[in-house]
Amino acid sequence: MTINEIQDEIVEEFSSFEDWMDKYSYLIEIGNELEPFNDEWRLDQNLIEGCQSKVWFHAEMKDGKVFYSADSDAIIVKGIVGLLLRAMSGQSPDDILNNDLNFVEKIGLKEHLSPTRSNGLVAMIKQMRLYAVAFKAKQA
Amino acid sequence: MSLDIQKIRSEFPILDQQVHGKPLVYLDNAATTQKPQLVIDAVNDVYTQYNSNIHRGVHHLSNVCTQAFEDARIKVQRFINAEHSHEVIFTRGTTESVNLIAHSFGDVFLKEGDEVIVSQLEHHSNIVPWQMLEQRKGITLKVIPINDQGELMLEELDALITEKTRLVAVAHISNALGTINPIKTIIDKCHQRDIPVMIDGAQAVQHVAVDVQALDCDFYVFSGHKLYGPTGIGVLYGKEKWLNQMTPYQGGGEMIQTVSFEGTTFNELPFKFEAGTPDYSGAIGLGAAIDYVTNIGVEKIAAYEHELLEYGTARLEAIPQMNIYGTAAEKASVISFLVGNIHPYDMGMMLDKMGLAVRTGHHCAQPLMQRYNIPGTVRASFAVYNTKEEIDQLVEGVLKVSRLFG
Repeated sequence: MTINEIQDEIVEEFSSFEDWMDKYSYLIEIGNELEPFNDEWRLDQNLIEGCQSKVWFHAEMKDGKVFYSADSDAIIVKGIVGLLLRAMSGQSPDDILNNDLNFVEKIGLKEHLSPTRSNGLVAMIKQMRLYAVAFKAKQA
Repeated sequence: MSLDIQKIRSEFPILDQQVHGKPLVYLDNAATTQKPQLVIDAVNDVYTQYNSNIHRGVHHLSNVCTQAFEDARIKVQRFINAEHSHEVIFTRGTTESVNLIAHSFGDVFLKEGDEVIVSQLEHHSNIVPWQMLEQRKGITLKVIPINDQGELMLEELDALITEKTRLVAVAHISNALGTINPIKTIIDKCHQRDIPVMIDGAQAVQHVAVDVQALDCDFYVFSGHKLYGPTGIGVLYGKEKWLNQMTPYQGGGEMIQTVSFEGTTFNELPFKFEAGTPDYSGAIGLGAAIDYVTNIGVEKIAAYEHELLEYGTARLEAIPQMNIYGTAAEKASVISFLVGNIHPYDMGMMLDKMGLAVRTGHHCAQPLMQRYNIPGTVRASFAVYNTKEEIDQLVEGVLKVSRLFG
C-alpha cells in the first residue's frame, strides 16, 4: 500500500470514534500492541529525549525500502509511534520525503506533534526524514 | 472568619470557561497563577491612563507613573518586611534574580575553589546559574541531599560546610514536592559560620507569610506571576550591605550616575541593578496582586490551602497503586504523584481531556527526579480559588485513567 492509502485507512478507522475516550483507548491499544523494540537497539545514541517522554528509534534500509522501529516510555506516544510506523515503514525514501503526514491532524491528534510538546515525536519524524535522505543519497 | 471561595473565584475571569467541553479545573498554580480582575485592571489602567517612562520625565504623566512604580516597590517592601525599600530590586523574575546574584555576588565574593551549596530538590533556576559559575570561575557546587520523604537532610549540611563555603542557596518551598524547608534553621546555622544565605521564594510568597528581617536571610527572590501578578516581573531582595558591594548586572541607562568616555559612575540602590526602562506596568500589577493577597490575608490563604492539601492527599492516597512524592511533615499545597506504571505524560494528556489542568514531567527539577528514579510526576498545585469539588474531579479523573490503563 502507498503511504496515502495507509493514511486514508487510518483516518477511516478513527472517524468511527465520537468520544475522545474511545479514540485514546484505541491509541493505547495500538501502543500496547506495537512490535517489541529490539533491546540491542535500546542505546543512548538511539534515544530521543523529550521533556515529557523518551523515544528510542532505529532505521535500516532493505531492498530499497526504509524500515523503522521505535519505542517510547509513554503509551500514548507509543500509539502515535505505531501509527507513524504503519504509514512510513517499508516505504521508499522518496515516498517518505514527499509525504506530509497530514493524517495526524485529520484524526485530531496534531497536538502531540507540537514542537512545544517535547514528547520526542517531532524529533522522531525529523529523524525519519533524515534517514530517508541519507539512504537515498547512499542509493544514488 | 473563613473565606468566601465562590466570591474569590468570581474575581478571576479566566476560571469561568470550558476545556474540551468540560469546566476548566485549573490545578497548575505552581507553574503560574491566574489573575484577579483587580490586577488586570491595574495593568490596563497604566496603559489607558498614565503610561509614561519613569524617573526621567518632568511632565505630569511621568510623575504619576513614577509614583505608582515606586509605590509598588514600597508594597513589596512591606509585604516581605524589608528594612529599606532600596533593598527591593525589580527583576524579570526568580530566574533573573538568581542569575543576578550569581553574576554580581559572584563577581566580588566568589573565586576559584570557593564553594556554593544548593540542595537536591532545587529548580533548575537555582542550579544552572551556579553550574555556569563552576565553568566560568572554577567554583565548586555542593548538594544537600534529601530523604525519601523529600526533606532536606540538615545533618548533611554541617558536613558540607567548609572554610571555602561562600554561599548557601535553597528553596523556601519545593516546586515539585511541596516541602517547606527549615530555612530559619539553615540561615542561623550558616550565619554562625559567617556564610550568607539566598532563599528562592518562588513557591512560597503565595502560600506563607514571609518576613525577611525575621528570617534574617541575605537574599530572597520571587516571581510576580506565581503570586497572582503579571508575568515578566520579579523581585530580588538583598541586604544593603551585600547589594552595596556587588557589581552591577546589566549596564545601560538608569543604573548610572554620570557617563563619559573617560569613565562612568553607577547609581545608588536600587537603581544600580535596574538598567533600562523597567517593566513598570508589571511592577504596578504586582503591587495590585500584593494588595489583593494582603486584603484576603496570607494566613487565611495558608489555612485554606492546607485544608485543600489534606483533603487532596487523603482522597488521592485512597486510589490503588497511588504513589505520592513529597511526604514531608511540613508541606505547601502541592501534590506530586504517579499511579502504578502509568507514565505521567499519559496521565496528564488524559486528564486534560476532562478539563483538568495539571503539570507533568520533571518540573525543571531533573536532579530531583533522578534521585527518585522516575521520568517525572503528575503535579496538582492549589491556589486560593481551588475547591474541594475540583479535587473530587481530579480524583475521579485519575481513577478513570487508571482503569483505562489497568
